Amino acid sequence: MAKTETVILDQAGVSRALTRIAHEILERNKGVADLALVGIRTGGDHLAEMLRRRILEIEGEELPLGAVDITMYRDDLDSRGSLPMGKTEIPFSLDDKRIILVDDVLYTGRTIRAAMDALIDFGRPRSIQLAVLVDRGHRELPIRPDYIGRNTPTSREEQVKVEFDKNHVPIEVRLIKP
Amino acid sequence: MSFPHKHILGIEHLSKEDIELILNTAESFKEVNLRDIKKVPTLRGKTIINLFYEASTRTRTSFEIAGKRMSADTINISASASSVVKGETLEDTAKNIEAMNPDIIVIRHSASGAPHYLAKRLDCSIINAGDGAHEHPSQALLDLFTIREHKGKIEGLTVAIVGDITHSRVVRSNIYALNKMGATVRVAGPGTMIPPGIERLGVQVFHNINEAIKDADVVMMLRIQLERQGKTLVPTLREYSQFFGLNTENLKLAKPDAIVMHPGPMNRGVEISSYVADGSQNVILDQVENGVAVRMALLYLLAGSEEAREA
Repeated sequence: MAKTETVILDQAGVSRALTRIAHEILERNKGVADLALVGIRTGGDHLAEMLRRRILEIEGEELPLGAVDITMYRDDLDSRGSLPMGKTEIPFSLDDKRIILVDDVLYTGRTIRAAMDALIDFGRPRSIQLAVLVDRGHRELPIRPDYIGRNTPTSREEQVKVEFDKNHVPIEVRLIKP
Repeated sequence: MSFPHKHILGIEHLSKEDIELILNTAESFKEVNLRDIKKVPTLRGKTIINLFYEASTRTRTSFEIAGKRMSADTINISASASSVVKGETLEDTAKNIEAMNPDIIVIRHSASGAPHYLAKRLDCSIINAGDGAHEHPSQALLDLFTIREHKGKIEGLTVAIVGDITHSRVVRSNIYALNKMGATVRVAGPGTMIPPGIERLGVQVFHNINEAIKDADVVMMLRIQLERQGKTLVPTLREYSQFFGLNTENLKLAKPDAIVMHPGPMNRGVEISSYVADGSQNVILDQVENGVAVRMALLYLLAGSEEAREA
């Protein structure tokens, strides 16, 4: 069966969304004090890096940046089996920091739950806020994003994919219908 | 893409891709061991039984810590403190344990093939922690991990293994593993300690340590297995040490950045001089540290393997 793919955000759209999110983060947190970015692998880690660059351009400050791999925290080992694992790298203390957790697509919320469990194993952040490029609905847990690039209602059979180029720069977001 | 094996019985039946998956997974788990809170919920609710019929410091502690750090329930059974002393057979012991629904049994036994014997009779996954003189897969994997960590790769390296080759399960597993990953393997030892025909496994045989370790990237020393055979295969330990011991002088024959490895426990002054054992080229404690990460990877991959779950 052929799949139909539509581009719901092109490169310019992604770029503008990230710029807006960077501004919103700075506005809501009244600056950069004690802020840190942690991206969820894979996808969220590259976006976190882009946000860090934007914030550097806007405020002149470089935020601490980390990346978390949640494979060890998943709740589906028995149903989905052992999945390929990336590395978690958090080269700073999380204690008392306001963490901006970054992911590319927000769906059921289980990945975010796992990421929060991982962060809390590392330290005690003052707060955790969530930034996502796309919210596709269908939450199965009480999790909500603080910053959203784009809201896209989808059905469960569809997929949302964020494409990156080889330099990890986001190119476009595609909706894939079966 | 789950791990395509239900058991880890040896390296012989693992593919290069399997080995790379294990090593890459171990990299992720190594990070957990450096945290303040060394715990992840990955194997929560899984039961792992360590059934050790032979003495062990490193391997058993390593498997126990690996399981516990992944939140599994890990239980150690030492044969000497169990009903084995009352004469209970291996099969009965294992079947009784299996009745308590473990997910993985890690077994070390003096009989080659004991893990395979269990794998045929039980439903849970089996990991071989050393069977007789046959294989010790997790040791070879942590050796590979350590080599890769220090040298950046394994392919093309020259690895010299010196010691009682005949009685060493570590050597057999390492020979399979290093060959699969493209290294050149040399073994060296007195004639009494090298099994005839071992060249067929793909190694070069030496009876002189200087020739064996010349220009080697990795020098791996083995303990003389005094407990494994009552008879002596060398006239005295001192003579063995003279001819086959690694010391600061002959270590210079290897490459200047060569690493020195040993599966432990060391007989200081016999196969390895104290100077080298405490020297800067040795990565022996790294091997132990990496052992936990590699065993975490093995437990994770087996617990999540389709073959294991479908059984």
